[in-house]
Amino acid sequence: MAKAENNKYSKTIQSAVAEYALRLGDNSLILGQRLGEWTGHSAAVEIDMALSNMALDLIGQAQHFLGLAGEMEGKHRDADALAFTRDAHEFRNFWLVEQANGDFARTIARQFLFSTWQKPMLGELANSTNETLAAVAEKAVKEVSYHQSYARDWMLRLGGGTEESHHRLQRALDDLWGYTGEMFAGNGVDDMLVAEGISVDPAALESGWTIEVDAVLAEAGLTKPAVERMTSGGLKGHHSEHLGHLLAEMQFLQRAYPGLEW
Amino acid sequence: MYTTDLRTAREKASDEAKAAKKKVVDDPALLKAFQARIDNDEVIEAKDLMPEAYRATLTRQISQHAHSEIVGMLPEGNWIGRAPTLRRKLILLAKVQDEAGHGLYLYSAAETLGTSRAEMVDQLLYGSAKYSTIFNYPTINWADIGAIGWLVDGAAITNQIPLQRCSYGPYARAMVRVCKEESFHQRQGYELITVMARGSAEQQAMAQDALDRWWWPSLMMFGPHDSDSIHGHQSAKWKIKRFSNDELRQRFIDATVSQAEAIGLRIPDPELKWNEKTEHYDIGPIDWEEFWAVVKGFGPCNRERLEARRRAHEEGAWVREAAAAYARKQSERQAAE
Amino acid sequence: MNDSMNTDWELFEVFLRAKNGLNHKHVGSVHAADTTMAIGVARDLYTRRNEGESIWVIASKDITASDPDNSDALFEPAKDKIYRHPTFYEITKEVKNM
Repeated sequence: MAKAENNKYSKTIQSAVAEYALRLGDNSLILGQRLGEWTGHSAAVEIDMALSNMALDLIGQAQHFLGLAGEMEGKHRDADALAFTRDAHEFRNFWLVEQANGDFARTIARQFLFSTWQKPMLGELANSTNETLAAVAEKAVKEVSYHQSYARDWMLRLGGGTEESHHRLQRALDDLWGYTGEMFAGNGVDDMLVAEGISVDPAALESGWTIEVDAVLAEAGLTKPAVERMTSGGLKGHHSEHLGHLLAEMQFLQRAYPGLEW
Repeated sequence: MYTTDLRTAREKASDEAKAAKKKVVDDPALLKAFQARIDNDEVIEAKDLMPEAYRATLTRQISQHAHSEIVGMLPEGNWIGRAPTLRRKLILLAKVQDEAGHGLYLYSAAETLGTSRAEMVDQLLYGSAKYSTIFNYPTINWADIGAIGWLVDGAAITNQIPLQRCSYGPYARAMVRVCKEESFHQRQGYELITVMARGSAEQQAMAQDALDRWWWPSLMMFGPHDSDSIHGHQSAKWKIKRFSNDELRQRFIDATVSQAEAIGLRIPDPELKWNEKTEHYDIGPIDWEEFWAVVKGFGPCNRERLEARRRAHEEGAWVREAAAAYARKQSERQAAE
Repeated sequence: MNDSMNTDWELFEVFLRAKNGLNHKHVGSVHAADTTMAIGVARDLYTRRNEGESIWVIASKDITASDPDNSDALFEPAKDKIYRHPTFYEITKEVKNM
């Protein structure tokens, strides 16, 4: 599908689509990698299963988005090459998704903040004039609807459960809040692609996100953190210290034994 | 599933003694009627009358099986973060997740016999409950993930297929589900190790190294030789176990040798040879001393495995408690409305 | 060790409809803190391979089962009511189908 579509874009648009698909793929990949770390170690086997299910969904999305990114950039890199042989500064994911799992409250807060952004984003993207993006988004939005409601339910349980769970969740929110700003910021890539009807305007997602997040925080009895200045840099490949370690683990085999079949 | 009978001789003796006492408690007429049902190939269901020793044997076996699935997530989980391609990562995640699911099916089946899951988990983490010895070995290179799927799941499937016809309905039904789902586990492992065995010199070395380390422990998964297995007879009589340890082990060896040959890997047993007379492979002696040492807690990873499970359980207590507290508050609120 | 470490979440029984047109069928049980979670756990546990289109969960404690000791009284009497089955009746040979 994408191959035929390549031809209809100018070089500039094509590389903008590659960049955009990379962001989408990297967000899904990095969060999927993080969730996979829980497998075998969470509070209940039931939670292990739910988190690995989400990881499966997200890594599946990454395969598609990175595959498109590879085709659009035209450097003969497939999804695996992009996932396993780029260094941290070439990744385009948000700081939010690369943050360490921490305790379950932190994992849930991160998931809730991200899925509440990702769900409407994918809903919009399903109308993209790019057929590949639209098709992947249409499938992924169903997966992410589940992630969002799973995370939302746990926000309520932890927020309204015990004093300890409430305290842990509030602390997690306070720590992560400063990374939410970059989900609504764009750059020239967005300006170009929004005009073409290819991508979703990140700024347009903020009000819906805020309404949903505020409602859940209120229901869970949590205080909305006040952050003076948001931290960002993912779009430019400037990341927190966490990403390098994550990649060192994830890319180990491909780096130690390059160019092999696995 | 990863069932072997893992009690030490001493534990067995004490179980046998307890069982013997229970038998006196059990009404002889009832026992006879129960055996008649078994002999008649009837399926026993949770609420049916059953001898206490039957209940105890099944509770022990099914919970041990469930523990094995859950602890079994750890050695493979060790490589989820390092899977070399996205496809391999998806496969491994899905497989380890299946093991979690199989653990849950099995805990449910065991619970029907009247022991709560919390009690069984407590027995694993702080008591003397066992799980398959195989999971006390480390996964140290990527080919180990292939070897586990191919050999460990292969051995497990060999064990489990007959359990689908076990006399206890809930266990048999859980096994039907598990067997159906596990058919992909062995294939993905063999595919993985095949790619390695046909890959670069380094990959080939990893594949051979993995087979060298996993072969004997896989054979031990079937449990002691029949001549040394005290418990086999009663389980056979109750149609819990339909084939002996040695029969199942032989079946596994016969199937696996040619699979190794097909991909150019060498089975680490100089005495392995085809026996024309029996039409089976003969193997060298199994190191039972190692087996019992691992059962008793002296395997390479026993401490780490249990520690990981304890940590998950203890550090997760506040999560489980929060969910329960929230549910309580919600139902109180609903009741008040 | 506190109590919660040793308490299971509540037990629920799970019923799945494989596809529309079929009954919901009992597939097993799950532990969950509440019904929403029970649906989620049942989804993750029993529909990983596309086995269902609809899930029911019910707290196991709310199910009443017949007593196996009463099985004879409950079910034996139905066994000899052979006149309830069509094969009990003889139909004249001239009529081929009924």
